[in-house]
Amino acid sequence: MTHGKKVGVRAWLLSGVLMASVAILSPLSSTARAAEPIKIGFSMALTGGLAGAGKAALIAMEIWREDINKAGGLLGRQVEFVYYDDATSPAKVPGIYTKLLNIDKVDLVVSSYGTNEIAPAMPIIMRKKLVFPSLFGLAVNDKFNYDRYFQIMPAGPDPKNDWSKGFFTIAAEQNPKPQTIALLSADAEFARNAVAGARRNALKMGLKIVYDKTYPPGMADFSPIVRAIKATAPDLVYVGSYPPGSVGMVKSAHELGLKPKMFGGGMVGLQFAAIQKNLGPMLNGIINYDFWVPEPTLNFPGVVDFLKKYQEKAKGKGVDPLGHYLPPFAYAYLQVLGQAVNAVGSLDQGKIAEYMHKTTFTTVVGPVKFGANGEWAKTRTLQIQFRDIKPNDMSQFEGPGKRIVLYPKEWKSGDVVYPYK
Amino acid sequence: MVLELFLNAVVAGILLGGFYAAVALGLSITFGQLDIVNIAHPAFVIVGSYTAYIANENFGIDPILAGVLFAPVFFAAGMLIYRFYYVSFERTEQESIRGLAFFFGIMFIIEVVLIMVYGVDYRLVEAEYIGKTVHLAFFDIPVRMLVPFLMASAMTLAVYLYLSRTFIGRAILAVAQDRLALQLMGADPVKIKQLAMGIAVATAAVAGALLIVIGPVEPSVGRLYIGRVFAIVILGGMGSIGGTFSAALMIGIAESLIATFYGPSWAPAVGFTILLLTLALRPQGLFGRA
Repeated sequence: MTHGKKVGVRAWLLSGVLMASVAILSPLSSTARAAEPIKIGFSMALTGGLAGAGKAALIAMEIWREDINKAGGLLGRQVEFVYYDDATSPAKVPGIYTKLLNIDKVDLVVSSYGTNEIAPAMPIIMRKKLVFPSLFGLAVNDKFNYDRYFQIMPAGPDPKNDWSKGFFTIAAEQNPKPQTIALLSADAEFARNAVAGARRNALKMGLKIVYDKTYPPGMADFSPIVRAIKATAPDLVYVGSYPPGSVGMVKSAHELGLKPKMFGGGMVGLQFAAIQKNLGPMLNGIINYDFWVPEPTLNFPGVVDFLKKYQEKAKGKGVDPLGHYLPPFAYAYLQVLGQAVNAVGSLDQGKIAEYMHKTTFTTVVGPVKFGANGEWAKTRTLQIQFRDIKPNDMSQFEGPGKRIVLYPKEWKSGDVVYPYK
Repeated sequence: MVLELFLNAVVAGILLGGFYAAVALGLSITFGQLDIVNIAHPAFVIVGSYTAYIANENFGIDPILAGVLFAPVFFAAGMLIYRFYYVSFERTEQESIRGLAFFFGIMFIIEVVLIMVYGVDYRLVEAEYIGKTVHLAFFDIPVRMLVPFLMASAMTLAVYLYLSRTFIGRAILAVAQDRLALQLMGADPVKIKQLAMGIAVATAAVAGALLIVIGPVEPSVGRLYIGRVFAIVILGGMGSIGGTFSAALMIGIAESLIATFYGPSWAPAVGFTILLLTLALRPQGLFGRA
């Protein structure tokens, strides 16, 4: 009995010690958890067709991580990236996000670069009800209608039509008003979407479409196209093209003297420093879309510092040396996520999404406000005009005065030179 | 106006065809004469483009001159590749499928190495004549297309004369027809084929330079030309240098006319339609021997 009593006392003492140690250790363990970094997971095109952009985006994202960690991190915790190369292959994307969520147990996710790499991640992200900031996807959420999707490219709430809206708004303001238009599109999804929007905008404006064709990939010589367009003598020429087609069209138009009143629109490639340098004065007068250019009206807080850091890190990495097109937005989509997490004070995805819907964020690409479908509430697809470009000089594109913002009005930095010459 | 457009389209087609001939010339030798399905030929052309780009970007050398200067290096590389191909596949008579896989492999390796070293950005060159136009009566001729045409014509003529007028050239033509007879004449068919492969790859150095003069280049752009150049070689009559050049001009003119009057999207289909019709009516190709 005595022995039994002693055992009972010992058991009580032991459990008391255990409880005390748990009580003492538990703040320690919660401190240890607090010190654990917040993991942000994503796939990125680091090889394959979009690697040039993917690598540039990663540089920008790493700059954000350094900046946020210097400033104390998110929720007082340091930020860490977990990412995998999707090799520009949409088929690899679902596997990568499954691994990020189930094995790496990341706390937050963001998208890869580009429409084709974003869409395959959507079903997985939606199943887990995660907030999904996305980088340059065109109208991805049109089909998913996911209320936690937030897209940083400033295409606007109706991306397919908003893409060319500025071009036609400028055209409509000219006197005499243009009457005819030629439309040319690369035979690929983005370009076809852009030109489909342009077609709708042209018809809405009452323009007569005198040429409307597509061209295949691998087209070496654009002079037959330019001659055919020239023969129809259009007032406007709207082109939706990828870099080889954009270069081919600009060179052929210059060589064969194509002189519509406005030329450009949706040409991908004219935003990249190497192509700008190569085309030089042939660019003068062209009006084309862009998202950010170093004009005084777009000098948002932090953007100049960011670009300085980017340009330093980009040296020798085979990416765009100036980084005006994509990198500021790759920085900004993390800025938005970071600001939302810190404001909400937790990683609760529902609360973060709610906050992101109602807030106007201050970022290096300017104020960002999302609409109901996760696109920018209002388009800021710029229409810029190339001016006074000199031959063989990349540095001229670093500063203002070479890509004048014509549209939207609130960001305008100069008047259009019309007609194109 | 329509006549003017038509004649300009024909001229543009001739210039474009000249460039196609430069790309197809090497394949005409390997595929047409040596029976080697060198699917990697367009990838060699892209290496030629990058060589011209590096020389132009770093040393300011004219891209086409760079292509000519580096042709001997390509020639040596071609000889080495054939030696490897011969030892690994041809000697053991396993060249048909495994050889094809070998050249597929080379193509992918070239692409991946170029991506790893230079990234996937489009590369462009600068030269005095890019962006200039020659105006002749009602013809507007972009010098960016004219110079590659002239260079391609000169290269094709040089290869044609070499093959038809020299002993080694004739031996190359002979090896395609009767390997045993060539051996009986005292010539080593392996060395002859090695030399021919060297010439074929050397033409890719120049063709690559022409390609990057015409437009921007990235590592995988060569794939877009595989179908077209094989079509030209078959259409011309396997191994006929003159036939290859004529077929290239024919495809160039057809594409240009279709792009001008009907729609550029149909242009590639026209080349293959011509090929199918020719094969149906004249299976040996336009200039091939029956």
